[in-house]
Amino acid sequence: MLGEAEPQWISEEVKTGTTIIAIEFNGGVVLGSDSRVSAGDSVVNRVMNKLSPLHDKIYCALSGSAADAQTIAEMVNYQLDVHSLEIDEDPQVRSAATLVKNISYKYKEELSAHLIVAGWDRRDGGQVFATLGGLLTRQPFAIGGSGSSYVYGFVDAEYRRGMTKEECQKFVVNTLALAMNRDGSSGGVAYIVTIDEHSTDEKVILGNDLPTFFDQ
Amino acid sequence: MSSIGTGYDLSASTFSPDGRVFQVEYAIKAVENSSTAIGIRCKDGVVFGVEKLILSKLYEEGSNKRIFNIDRHVGMAVAGLLADARSLAEVAREEASNFRSNYGHDIPLKHLSDRVAMYVHAYTLYSAVRPFGCSFILGSYDKDDGPQLYMVDPSGISYGYWGCAIGKAKQAAKTEIEKLQMKDMTCRELVKEVAKIIYIVHDEVKDKAFELELSWVGEVTNGRHEFVPKDVKEEAEKYAKDSLEEEDDSDEDNM
Repeated sequence: MLGEAEPQWISEEVKTGTTIIAIEFNGGVVLGSDSRVSAGDSVVNRVMNKLSPLHDKIYCALSGSAADAQTIAEMVNYQLDVHSLEIDEDPQVRSAATLVKNISYKYKEELSAHLIVAGWDRRDGGQVFATLGGLLTRQPFAIGGSGSSYVYGFVDAEYRRGMTKEECQKFVVNTLALAMNRDGSSGGVAYIVTIDEHSTDEKVILGNDLPTFFDQ
Repeated sequence: MSSIGTGYDLSASTFSPDGRVFQVEYAIKAVENSSTAIGIRCKDGVVFGVEKLILSKLYEEGSNKRIFNIDRHVGMAVAGLLADARSLAEVAREEASNFRSNYGHDIPLKHLSDRVAMYVHAYTLYSAVRPFGCSFILGSYDKDDGPQLYMVDPSGISYGYWGCAIGKAKQAAKTEIEKLQMKDMTCRELVKEVAKIIYIVHDEVKDKAFELELSWVGEVTNGRHEFVPKDVKEEAEKYAKDSLEEEDDSDEDNM
């Protein structure tokens, strides 16, 4: 029929609209993400885990174009596997972040993805690196994705140095819940990954278990 | 173990009937003709000492150095064909630089040593090229992994060491090194002992003048590989010369 537009999910690029966050505590890191994948106004996956392992104790949080972000994560996962065999020890978080940064920077015109890299290594403990646009910077915490705009005020006001692991986990869950409430491209469930010297712990918090605020 | 490998020694791509690659063994002999270099690892760093023979009084002092900087935190002391060694130093520098570019931190010494050793080994496989005629000692210091020392020889094997010597007086130097309690010494103490060992193994009769090259990397230099400062070097050389005179004196007394 003339004038009939095709559904958005056919033509629109699949984006992980997203809210992602990572925060460092003394002895490890906590990463968090939402689970919504959108193609225009359609939600094509409501339960996607955007926290992707790069190595046993190094994870990255994906945002932007789903395909670009996943591909970068897979490439770096492979490169870190080879690298850790060559140097015969666990890779540093900085190495993982540098590998991500090198791809993001070299192909910055073609790619549209931002990965936050966070993990634990024996040299420097818990570390969070932002790689937006191909830069590389270590930060006490980092937020990203379309939902992050709505929570900059919250994280700036609520962040304190020296938070414990449990306080960091609460901080992450609260931030995600607020962003998922306001950002149309973020929602679903919250995935939380906690990494420290002894373990890497993955958790899911279902929609109705997320913290509620004044309007609920 | 010296023997002539007539017929089986023309190229590195040939084994002899008793399973040897003669070209590689000849390359090792080239190293044994060169003057001595030693590297010793102590509690808080690594010290290199090289006996640099001066063939002519017309040479400018300090030219043709045999200790190289490979990245900020790694030093390399060489023995054998100096031109081969220089080209390997460039290879090592590129490896270290590429590693830093790809992974964002200093290259671990074992990894660098493995990579350069693999490169050296490649030249022992083909008849179109000859093996490298040099051995070298790599050293570094890192606050998490401590001091590290590796040696690579023309066959392409790398070994980790507490103390090692290459060149013509390597046996004599090894004997002297074994007398030291290096694990309990600091770099400042070790510098003097390294100078002393080079002076001891130097053959006054066969080789006349020599210049001592000393370098270190450790806590004392904050992990940077540097040539030993002039005053420390002078103190070390004085200690070395005095120790030798003492030994000479005591020899006379025994008569």
